[in-house]
Amino acid sequence: MSTREALLEIRDLSVDYATAQGALRALREVSFTVPKERIVGIVGESGCGKSTLIAAIIRLLAPNAAIRSGTILFQGEDLLGNTEKRMRELRGTAISMVFQDPMQAHNPVLTVGRQMVDIQYRTGISGAAKRRRAAAMLAEVGIPDPERHLDQYPHEFSGGMRQRIAIAMALMARPGLLIADEPTTALDATLEVQIIHKLKALQTEYDCSILFISHNLGVIAKLCDEVVVMYAGEVVERGSVRSVFHQSIHPYTRSLLDCDPGRIKERTGKLPTIPGEIPNLVSVPPGCIFVERCPDRIACCQCERPGWHEAGDGHGGACHLLEGP
Amino acid sequence: MAALLEVEDLRVRFSVRSGSAGILRLGAQRWVDAVAGASLTVSEGETLAVVGESGSGKTTLARAIAGLYHAQEGSIRFQGQELRGLAEGTFRPLRRHIAMMFQDPVGSLSPRLTVKTLITEPYKIHNFKDRDLDEEAIRLLDMVGLSADFASRYPYQLSGGQARRVGVARALAVDPKLLLADEPTAGLDVSVQGELLNLLGKLQDRLGIGILIITHNLNVVRHVADRMAIMYLGRFVEEGPTGAVFAAPHHPYTLALLAANPEPDPDAQLNRIELVGEPPSPLDRPHGCEFHPRCPFAREQCATQTPTRHRPTADRHYRCHWPQVWRR
Repeated sequence: MSTREALLEIRDLSVDYATAQGALRALREVSFTVPKERIVGIVGESGCGKSTLIAAIIRLLAPNAAIRSGTILFQGEDLLGNTEKRMRELRGTAISMVFQDPMQAHNPVLTVGRQMVDIQYRTGISGAAKRRRAAAMLAEVGIPDPERHLDQYPHEFSGGMRQRIAIAMALMARPGLLIADEPTTALDATLEVQIIHKLKALQTEYDCSILFISHNLGVIAKLCDEVVVMYAGEVVERGSVRSVFHQSIHPYTRSLLDCDPGRIKERTGKLPTIPGEIPNLVSVPPGCIFVERCPDRIACCQCERPGWHEAGDGHGGACHLLEGP
Repeated sequence: MAALLEVEDLRVRFSVRSGSAGILRLGAQRWVDAVAGASLTVSEGETLAVVGESGSGKTTLARAIAGLYHAQEGSIRFQGQELRGLAEGTFRPLRRHIAMMFQDPVGSLSPRLTVKTLITEPYKIHNFKDRDLDEEAIRLLDMVGLSADFASRYPYQLSGGQARRVGVARALAVDPKLLLADEPTAGLDVSVQGELLNLLGKLQDRLGIGILIITHNLNVVRHVADRMAIMYLGRFVEEGPTGAVFAAPHHPYTLALLAANPEPDPDAQLNRIELVGEPPSPLDRPHGCEFHPRCPFAREQCATQTPTRHRPTADRHYRCHWPQVWRR
């Protein structure tokens, strides 16, 4: 995507889930790069494989998942070939993560302060210093009165506050790669903007990269340098945020952007939607994955899977309409 | 339009004790006003959006209106009848007119009941003995755009959007007059969000219900709400017709909220007004105007005097000592 050195490189990654109906092909030949010191956004509807993708990167896939093919290189190291011991060394230090569900991200029977002190076990500093760092991190993510809140339990916080605590905990390890799975969904606009600015500031301060998963197009547009658009387990378009948002080349990306009520300034009683459903991934249709819902489909879309076409400057997409005459 | 719901100076208070002192009931009893004097009205066929950050008291307000929390002060009038302080026996027949869609769509559906049981449960609770539950289930599913074979499914077999449709069906089963929708589209994809909002709009046109929608998504507010009310620390700081508030907010918090709304355009300028400090804890409510510690325009008076409600026009009000009209 860009000429910068890659921090994370994913090539032809395919992941299946074993289900009673057969193998569900959740990811199919997914390739993209997270360059050093960049923020890459992954956008797509629920069920497009965003969460499976992250689980594959940090090797926390569900027991019924199998990696069928592909490589995941992190700083040149093949994560898929790593031992579990090596993965444990990487998780939480080199690769850190903010999960989707703030309600289940914390231990309910330990105070927030205790959890934030515990996760600093790799640092050699004193207990009091760990606590001070924990309080400072809470203040950074906008928790009022952090000292007092350290002695509270997760259930005493609202969902938005819990998510901010999870962000504070992930940032504390100063990771090289921060994976954030829809971290701002629970926050209101002013705090969302604060978090976006905070993530951007942190990214430049610690020279880390962020892989940011969201279905909020506004947040992706504000935060990310590059964006990967996924649909039903495939990458359909990727490129710089500016080129993907302004000159989308895939019909799915265009439909997604058209649906965003933030783009429609006049009040309308009928918001645009994408008709149809995501195809059943147990029996993946032979042609283009988006064909059933595509407004621009042509004859060959039904039977032939489109190849990848570069539109220049790292911007590309998988669509038959991009083929030359 | 007749007023369906009138809430006046409502106060919902929770007791707070921390740590082991709380368990042993020792130490000073402290109170937190989650809703600290909130007023609003919802008319028939109208949608009012309540906007505010997490912890501002939006959900508590909705739950108090539905009778799920006890409100200590103020009044809640539904079609002219006072609801606050009603005994459960008197409240129950009225409650069927006030339906609630809860925040967590899957979590609010019992995992061991089928969709049919879930959406027809209100008939049992409210003693609708003459209804054929199979027929009703199909009618309700059809109303929310789900096919009849969803009746035998369990909640875990539903997607987020489908679970929310089931929530709508259940809420509208006993023909309520008022729908309280707590974050109905949180976590939904834009396309599914559009479908759900279109559905709510269609049902509102058909049934004439009043809707109170709680959300922090301003893009949603702009499209579905007739009026919007902005909540901060348990109080409304501004209220008015949606278009007018978007075009010219009076209260600085409203301005900050509108300015922070991210647009799906990487080149759009986020003309953000900087809010200083952190959202205050409701345990430690600032004196004077509750917004003054974070307000970029605060003056001396703001720290000492609580602003009263100003009405620049008949359909708008705000609480601010030094209001400005910002054209956006």
